[in-house]
Amino acid sequence: MAISKEEVLHVARLAQLALTDDEIERLTEELGAILDAVGVVAELDLADVLPTSHPLDLVNVWDEDEPRPSLSLEEVFANAPDRDGDHFRVPPTA
Amino acid sequence: MIDTLRLTAEGAIALLERGEVSPAELHGAYLEAIGERDAELHCYLRTCEEPNGSGIPIALKDVISTKGIETTAGSKILEGYTPVFDSTVAARVKSAGLSVLGKTNTDEFAMGSSTENSAWGPSRNPWDPTRVPGGSGGGTSAAVSAGLAPWGLGSDTGGSIKQPSALCGNVGLRPTYGTVSRYGIVAFASSLDQIGPVAKTVRDVALLYSIIAGRDPLDSTTAALPEPAQLPEGDSLVGVRLAVPKQVGDLDAIEPGVRAAFEDSLERARELGAEVGECDLPLSYRYGMPCYYLVAPAEASSNLARYDGVRYGPRVAGDTYGEMVDRTRDAGFGPEPKRRIMLGTYALSAGYYDAFYGQAQKVRTLLIREHREALEGFDAIVTPTSPTVAFPIGDKAADPLAMYACDLLTIPSCLAGLPGLSIPCGLSEGLPVGLQLIGRQFGENGLFRIGHALEQALGFDTVPERLR
Repeated sequence: MAISKEEVLHVARLAQLALTDDEIERLTEELGAILDAVGVVAELDLADVLPTSHPLDLVNVWDEDEPRPSLSLEEVFANAPDRDGDHFRVPPTA
Repeated sequence: MIDTLRLTAEGAIALLERGEVSPAELHGAYLEAIGERDAELHCYLRTCEEPNGSGIPIALKDVISTKGIETTAGSKILEGYTPVFDSTVAARVKSAGLSVLGKTNTDEFAMGSSTENSAWGPSRNPWDPTRVPGGSGGGTSAAVSAGLAPWGLGSDTGGSIKQPSALCGNVGLRPTYGTVSRYGIVAFASSLDQIGPVAKTVRDVALLYSIIAGRDPLDSTTAALPEPAQLPEGDSLVGVRLAVPKQVGDLDAIEPGVRAAFEDSLERARELGAEVGECDLPLSYRYGMPCYYLVAPAEASSNLARYDGVRYGPRVAGDTYGEMVDRTRDAGFGPEPKRRIMLGTYALSAGYYDAFYGQAQKVRTLLIREHREALEGFDAIVTPTSPTVAFPIGDKAADPLAMYACDLLTIPSCLAGLPGLSIPCGLSEGLPVGLQLIGRQFGENGLFRIGHALEQALGFDTVPERLR
């Protein structure tokens, strides 16, 4: 089950990765081989099996609704690449 | 003179209690050993020069957030990132008085089985520096073996504690999913990630586990332990029933020398009174790896979406927000995270979700059931931890599927959420072989007892031959 270059480009857009042409070439090949290997899960008929998203049987974990101190603004922005007052500054969206 | 190569954590605690050394002297002795040997081994990404606790030192894998100490998870996308808060496990080891020695090397975002995927260069195996220490927690395991830390913490998603412990000849525990808080851990695959201890002895591992385990209000996936962690004693295995999966006999991937050491240790278990029987895990060895390499990358692609150059980490400039994010991510992530983000995004994308991610989650249900049935009538499942001993650096670096196969034996029980303990059980080609013990959910104390008794009988010398 090969994956096409167009699919790789589509997935890269979904994954927000600006891949180089070399990377796209290499990933098309590697992902094809990996998908072949993991694709064997398709051979099982699992229509009646429920999916597992979490291996512990925890249901409705409640905690008291008690206010706790949160980070100060200085701490929140301590690692920010670009700051404008109380905001993270980013380039325009379009 | 403190012999850090031989000193166990319990031994170090005893030295402190008898007043023979101070916490600062202990911290200093390990820093001195790091100064001597870490240029070659590259276990540490950074060290803490000042002693910072009243107790013995500890090494922390670089996925564990430490307030004021750079935490990169082995990735350039977190270069310079200095957490403003402690993870719960870091807070717990600090409140137990432990002195943080430094942050240890890891495959980028804990994705790998050799530490070769670290953006900061590979760690090396103290038994043979031309070989890998395993991964992703190769830095912690190599540090413990080389006397550069008495013990340390790692993280395990599909084998990242157990496999490097096996390859470096020390003891590693992947705890039951949910027993150790993941608050403040750099996330890889949240339904699988677990923090756990690495040390020279099973008792040290049990002691460190008792410090970090338990419900954390800051991580709602944690559960209270049904019984406190206990330090194991005793040397008998009378009444203990061990199960070897019958598929293990047919796996060609297991090297003959690994098989021989494994079988010798089963013989030793019988001499101690254990009964060794057989269990059946047919789905686990056929579908475990494929299931894991769908579930883990899918969750990783979601977890790693947060690295966008907005709130922390280096940013690559762009004319628009989208361009900045895409460029930042392309420059910041190395090849393995990119591969897994792409694989996971694909497995979660419209049209493929049911066939890949959805199907893998259902396979997981079957693996949980299969392990539960396999453990009926047995105290633990036993297998080799890794199919091979430590392999040469570069051997598998160009072949992702060959690297993924390193975790063939550790992955199934991780998917099932079960605890696994790896103890060194012998040598093959002069390199350590690990024995994996898998127990029931919350069955850590049983694993400690079995592991401790076997460890006494096997008498494995955890100090690498070339350093003795």
